[in-house]
Amino acid sequence: MNPLIPLLVAIPLAGAFLTMIIGRFIPGIPRYMALATMLLLTFISFWLLVEGGAASSVYTLGGWEPVDGVPIGLYLIHDGFSALVLCIISVIGLLSVTYSISYMARYTSENYFYSLFCLMIAGMNGVVLSGDIFNIFVFLEIAAISSYALVAFGVEKNELEATLKYQVLGAVASFMILFAIGFIYWSAKTLNIADIRTAFSEGGQGNHYILIQILLLTGFGLKAAIIPFHAWLPDAHSSAPSPISAMLSGVLIKAVGIYVIIRLFFNMFEITEGMAILITTLGALSMAVGVFLAIGQWDIKRLLAYHSISQMGYVIMSVGIGMILMSRGIRNEIAALAITGGIFHMINHAAFKGLLFLNAGAIEYSTGTRDLREMGGLAKCMPFTSSTSLAASLSISGLPPFNGFFSKLIIIVAAVMGHFYLLAALAAIVSIITLASFMKFQRYAFYNVEPGKIKKEIREVPVPMLLSMITLAVACLLLSLLALPGIRESVLSPATDILMDQLKYSSQITGM
Amino acid sequence: MTVYWLCFILFLTGLYGVITRRNLIKIAISLSVMEFSCFLFLALMGYREGGVAPIVDMADPVKPYVDPLPQAMVLTAIVIGLATTAMLMAVIIRIYRKYGTFDIREIKNLRG
Repeated sequence: MNPLIPLLVAIPLAGAFLTMIIGRFIPGIPRYMALATMLLLTFISFWLLVEGGAASSVYTLGGWEPVDGVPIGLYLIHDGFSALVLCIISVIGLLSVTYSISYMARYTSENYFYSLFCLMIAGMNGVVLSGDIFNIFVFLEIAAISSYALVAFGVEKNELEATLKYQVLGAVASFMILFAIGFIYWSAKTLNIADIRTAFSEGGQGNHYILIQILLLTGFGLKAAIIPFHAWLPDAHSSAPSPISAMLSGVLIKAVGIYVIIRLFFNMFEITEGMAILITTLGALSMAVGVFLAIGQWDIKRLLAYHSISQMGYVIMSVGIGMILMSRGIRNEIAALAITGGIFHMINHAAFKGLLFLNAGAIEYSTGTRDLREMGGLAKCMPFTSSTSLAASLSISGLPPFNGFFSKLIIIVAAVMGHFYLLAALAAIVSIITLASFMKFQRYAFYNVEPGKIKKEIREVPVPMLLSMITLAVACLLLSLLALPGIRESVLSPATDILMDQLKYSSQITGM
Repeated sequence: MTVYWLCFILFLTGLYGVITRRNLIKIAISLSVMEFSCFLFLALMGYREGGVAPIVDMADPVKPYVDPLPQAMVLTAIVIGLATTAMLMAVIIRIYRKYGTFDIREIKNLRG
């Protein structure tokens, strides 16, 4: 019962409303209020990660304790896995707000921007912490509706078209999730994830069990943009203002998509081999198709958006491999390795994809274009943007000593050790194509000097933007330390343990 | 049982509308149809034949009560649905001002 846990939702909610009201009377203050909110959240989430460690802590809202082992009321659960995702949300959020201080100066109605931003953070923190499936839906909608508004923030033709696609598909996804929640309540007569687990394992697995799984996979798959459901992602992520693209790609698709899929399929449903194979296939498909769609793009942010699909494919695939091995009940240590690789790649992706979108925003800020063919020779004019984006590009392509190398290595090693040779080969090939695609990005944007084409007036971006980019570039290097044996046990292993140990999650909540 | 099937058919009707309609307003209406089929399903789950409102009467506490939890869920979901619909309508109005049409085939700036 840690009193800090509800603050992770309460602070950004309060921040959103206060920013809106106070920003009306005192112009110029919203940005600092949002910055203060995010600083506080970063501090709290890291404090909980360090102090909590491997132990999970459960917060019962309103103090409704379980009665005879049956949980009533709303639960917020902070364990090894959610602690990591909370840290990602706060850090990328903090750096995006820092970046926005300069970047959003070109837009009007600043207080709405920061207010919606805080609301989105509140929604994501709520999804990650919630231990109740209907509460997940409510927080998911808070995050989704504020992100619809943020994608449309420029209110030009492209932004409106992107947000329309995003909203229609997002709404369909939400109703599928709601329908699945209805079915779950019908068959389990409870909404608490741990209690649903108990109800499902005591029978009650009729034909609708598979329907529930498919509906939830489709719904959250649409939110996470796995390949057959990816149509909205390249439009929405490329049309949003750059700090929001960094948030959407770096955090939102993980917190409301991948995280919930992993949480539900490990801790709520019993892992079945058929579902595990389906998830692995979807992951491998989005990994391969995403990168092929990316390589032909000339718009920087669209290229990065397609790479997000591909990199999320790695996460889904390696978690899926872990699920297959667990459902067969053999080689549990390899399953643990695959799941660790997936979670590690998820953290790394937040760092390097956030950085790449911030770089793309910096290029757009200075040159006024997003088309790679109209750039060239920016390495001289923008040395910091160039070097940080080189770090991020090497990291996403999986070159040592950057973090992407270690997580991809773990995933490929786990796939080989689990005898999934085809998937291991596919992961390596996709990594090489990613490298090719980012060499194109580097060459056309920063090198490729054509005489007479360089415009002298292009200057490096302001200090707050540089600050966030450099911080993330350093993070790209430092995160590779998580692969070291001593640190891995204390940070990544608690997350893997809570997913691997099937009964631990439900027993800590029902108190049995 | 029939009533649940009708509910599911309503959901599929909404989905069909979202996929096949070309007018933005009709897409928004189809989304609302989907939404309300979900609400109907949730409300039906809590219903019991001959049930009464779940207010415990001390004189006669054992009665067939309807399940109050789905009703609370439906109320929450209706509020969320209102926000979604309002947001979608705001975007559609903005699109009409920029493109001058409700036809989704005309709105195709983003591709590739």
